[in-house]
Amino acid sequence: MKFCVCIKQVPDVTAPIHTGRMVLNAYDASAVEEALVLTEKYGGEIDLVLIGPEGAKETIRKALAMGATRATHLVTGDDVRLDSAVTAKLLADHLAGTDYDVIATGKQAQDTDAGLTGSMLAERLGLVYASNAVGLEVEPEARTLVVTRQGDVGQEIIALPMPCLVTCSNDMNDPRIPTLKGIMAAKRKPIETRLVEALPEGLPVTVVVGIEPPPEREPGQIIEGEPEEMAHILVEKLVHEARVL
Amino acid sequence: MAKILTYVAVQDGKLKRSSLEVLTRCRELAEAGGHTLEAALIHPDAEAHVDAVRRYGPSKIYTITDPIFSRHLNTPLLDALNAVIGQARPMLTAFASTEAVKDILGALAVRTDAAALSDVSSFDLIEGGVEALRPVMAAKMLARTQAKADRVLVSVRSGSYEAVEAPAEAEVEAIPFSFDPASLRQTLREVVTSGSGDVDLTEAPVVVAAGRGVRDEEGKRLVEELAALLGGAIGATRAVVETGLFPATAQVGQTGKVVSPDLYFAIGISGAIQHVAGMANSRVIVAINKDPDAPIFKYATYGLVGDLFKVLPPLIEELKAVKANA
Repeated sequence: MKFCVCIKQVPDVTAPIHTGRMVLNAYDASAVEEALVLTEKYGGEIDLVLIGPEGAKETIRKALAMGATRATHLVTGDDVRLDSAVTAKLLADHLAGTDYDVIATGKQAQDTDAGLTGSMLAERLGLVYASNAVGLEVEPEARTLVVTRQGDVGQEIIALPMPCLVTCSNDMNDPRIPTLKGIMAAKRKPIETRLVEALPEGLPVTVVVGIEPPPEREPGQIIEGEPEEMAHILVEKLVHEARVL
Repeated sequence: MAKILTYVAVQDGKLKRSSLEVLTRCRELAEAGGHTLEAALIHPDAEAHVDAVRRYGPSKIYTITDPIFSRHLNTPLLDALNAVIGQARPMLTAFASTEAVKDILGALAVRTDAAALSDVSSFDLIEGGVEALRPVMAAKMLARTQAKADRVLVSVRSGSYEAVEAPAEAEVEAIPFSFDPASLRQTLREVVTSGSGDVDLTEAPVVVAAGRGVRDEEGKRLVEELAALLGGAIGATRAVVETGLFPATAQVGQTGKVVSPDLYFAIGISGAIQHVAGMANSRVIVAINKDPDAPIFKYATYGLVGDLFKVLPPLIEELKAVKANA
């Protein structure tokens, strides 16, 4: 099986913002992990593609160290901010004419949480797709990818003929931590580097014009004491102060 | 003068409250700017819901009726929305940010040559387009984001606006739609529901959510009793979904569902940002945790420092007494 996993380098949202620590998007890491599990089971290769500045190469090495086969780095300038529409167009141009069985990516990036690029890419490539996958299985004879996705009312189990595209939730696995052997091997794996010379024009895009803190919540009240006492005070407050009961 | 279209989703035989919140917001924008407000229903029995949509004041309701829409599948939903947008030609099309909408929004944007603003917490019309606030960085920040385009799609987090009725006469236009199942390259084999879905998490006015502190069946029983007493839905953190104590459909957070009920109980939840990202907009937050330094207390309207196994039983008794006197 031939997989292509589209990955992104993002700020670590669990670290204080000012640290500037950059990581492999957690949802993409789950996509890499799932591709590894399936290629270990059924054989095959995993190509990676990442769009981002030169510094994002360390994230590519991380995913190669997990076990992916090779990578393409589409290099942008350091200050270039691409929205989903432009990202999907660049990826589609890169992937047009390739013959992957499955294109996988995270269901969203953990910094912007937009969740658009995957289905935009599928539409541009004319592929069937499923999003928010929490489980993947392959039926090799039928060339079918069976996706379990988290939907509104339950888990939907959908069979997609390959080639297809899937976006992955981080709820489907715990991505492996690269081993020392994997890290050493990654240094010898090929990374094809291509400069993104010009961004696609004429797309309807979105522009971030400012970043602001969320509105602050009013400071809360801490209630302490014996359990019966706390329960009584809380119910009084819910009834008479917050008026939610 | 522009046209604003709201897609109104139906779930379990009812209009989704989150869709009506979006429809209400769109009506405000239409009234303020002298724009036209229209709505779209896509359902196996769309006509049956037309009167309910009329109560929220669109001047026209497009319907697409086909049995294929009894279950979510992205291919036919995309075709149907594309058909409605092609017919209505709205400048802005607004959606509640459900899992079904998250599934198709990007593809629909490409297909209709629209700019997409997903999962916003507020939105406004500006010269030449739409401006929205989007929670980013696990909802630690808001990104003020603009889409200046002839066509814009916006999906809105539930609870961002209030649904308010304003009944009006609305013309109904049924859009012819036939879906050839042979063209459906995907097959929905099964929908697995957890059985705990009596109350829809994203629509419920009260959510009782469990975290790692709810470590066993006994804790789960207390959470369920509290939820039943308040008519609330049950939520959970990723940690207790992973242990198998609660179903994945209950997961609240950056990667699960985003909820904003009137009352949110965080039971034994430490308050990791990935969880807080999914519930911080709740109106009143009650946190019960034995660790006084748990981050959840920063978000709590009322924070109870104590062992949930000791606090919940008397709390349940107090609430029963209140209900009995009501």
